[in-house]
Amino acid sequence: MKSQVLIIGIGNPDRGDDAVGVIVAQRLRQRLPANVPILQTTGDPGFLMETWKTFETVILIDAVRSGAAPGTIHRFDANESPLPANFFRCSTHALGIPEAIELARALGDIPPKLIVYGIEAKDFVTGTGLSASVEQAADQVVKLIFSVVGCATAIQG
Amino acid sequence: MRSRTIKVDWLARVEGEGALHVKIKNSKVADLKFRIFEPPRFFEAFMRGRKYSEAPDITARICGICPVAYQMSACHAMEDAFGVKMDGQLRALRRLIYCGEWIESHALHVFLLHAPDFLGYEDAIQIARDHPDIVRRALQLKKAGNSLVALLGGREIHPINVRVGGFYRVPTRREMAALTGPLEEARDIAVEAVRWTAALPFPEFERDYEFVAMIHPDEYPFNEGRLISNRGLDIPVCEYDKHFAEQQVAYSTALHSQIENREAYFVGPLARVNLNFDKLSPLAQKTARAAGLRLPCQNPFKSIIARCVELVYACDEALRIIAEYEMPDQPAVQFQPKAATGYGCTEAPRGILYHRYRIDDQGLIADARIIPPTSQNQGSIEADLREFISANLKLPNKKLQWQCEQTIRNYDPCISCSTHYLNLHIEQT
Repeated sequence: MKSQVLIIGIGNPDRGDDAVGVIVAQRLRQRLPANVPILQTTGDPGFLMETWKTFETVILIDAVRSGAAPGTIHRFDANESPLPANFFRCSTHALGIPEAIELARALGDIPPKLIVYGIEAKDFVTGTGLSASVEQAADQVVKLIFSVVGCATAIQG
Repeated sequence: MRSRTIKVDWLARVEGEGALHVKIKNSKVADLKFRIFEPPRFFEAFMRGRKYSEAPDITARICGICPVAYQMSACHAMEDAFGVKMDGQLRALRRLIYCGEWIESHALHVFLLHAPDFLGYEDAIQIARDHPDIVRRALQLKKAGNSLVALLGGREIHPINVRVGGFYRVPTRREMAALTGPLEEARDIAVEAVRWTAALPFPEFERDYEFVAMIHPDEYPFNEGRLISNRGLDIPVCEYDKHFAEQQVAYSTALHSQIENREAYFVGPLARVNLNFDKLSPLAQKTARAAGLRLPCQNPFKSIIARCVELVYACDEALRIIAEYEMPDQPAVQFQPKAATGYGCTEAPRGILYHRYRIDDQGLIADARIIPPTSQNQGSIEADLREFISANLKLPNKKLQWQCEQTIRNYDPCISCSTHYLNLHIEQT
């Protein structure tokens, strides 16, 4: 039987706004019950496909670059349509997140509900931390996911 | 006067950022540039002043696909400087983690990056729609490799458990034994992959290459041995700088390598299989022969078969090491750092990776040199492209461009590595 929900933050913690997926995952970890699985990863497609196989709902968070204003939050329902590949050119690797999702779809291994939050990045400069607009967006996405996961009643203060 | 341009501004299915620009004038290749424009990364410079012990972990960050290779070459160079000899189970564990990296890297390239070229697909996603089994097998193989790297390296990507003199922690026999089943299944997939790739349609194309690889008296090369070629090169690793020269070209952020006073050379799986076939495991040899792989193989497109033969070998070798494993008393050997120069060369998935470090009396790095396989193959990649295009000028632009990209992918170029990133551009006038 498939488990309920899996949250995956993708990014490189040392490359400026690329860290945003990982930071959202960390902040959710502090607020969500320990039995909600939250992972941080660099986004290896094999790992993603293997990991999300057993989950009903999967939420991915990653930095994107589409030309929108930094901090813009894009929400994609991956079950409805493919992700725009040109948003996710942040990886130096040959296969990225959209490819991992399409591979899974072709193989029939896509989770029944796969939501991707793409946060528009400003830059990927090493060792700089999040830019101000992306920092704000991170908090907003944390709140959004927190409400989606159905734990809104636990919000402190 | 007829002119033609083939231009690929962003090469897909390679690691990193690069481009190809070809100008054809009067049915001749007038200009050809395999451009690597990934920004230079200056690793050699910022290693200076760091502690010798930091080299394996810092250089591992050069590449997300072959970090183990960087860790191995760095460790061996430091151990060479300090007179440390690795043997027994620690040496075997080093070979084992390398098996893991070859399996991960080769499985990714063979099935997901290179196979689409031969099957006429744009990418692995299209293969997955028509032949889901192929992609499933690739992922299963890759997972077996990932498990090895995770067990010995502490995690799948950018392992952190390797150090000069050995490891921080060594696995238990039980942990090792758990990998036997998945590796046996991976080996079966690899054997089938040799048969499958050998039956792919290959362009008729051969060149008289100088193949360069390491050689060891008793084993298929990973971590140690001499450097040899099919044209008489036979040197210890410490003489690398005397025989190989790096040159800067204006259009690439990666340096080009040459053997002194000679042409470009070829490193990687095809070079290794050509020069070390008799050291492969009996199963790997038998599978290669049964698939009809004739040696020496001078057709670079058949590198995909060599990669699969190495997949069989790596699974076999991993299973052998696991079966013979006894947990060592200490995870690393003791040694005293000293002022010295050390040389290390190991067989990364894409070919020889050379490191040289000069260490001062405080154990700090005074000077570093790192020469990755992709920069060594750039010359051969360009020479292949020149000859392939000259022989195939009748092909329509789209097909010619497609096959140029395939020619580049024969080498599984890791552009991130070679700048310590690829795009294609063919112009005909």
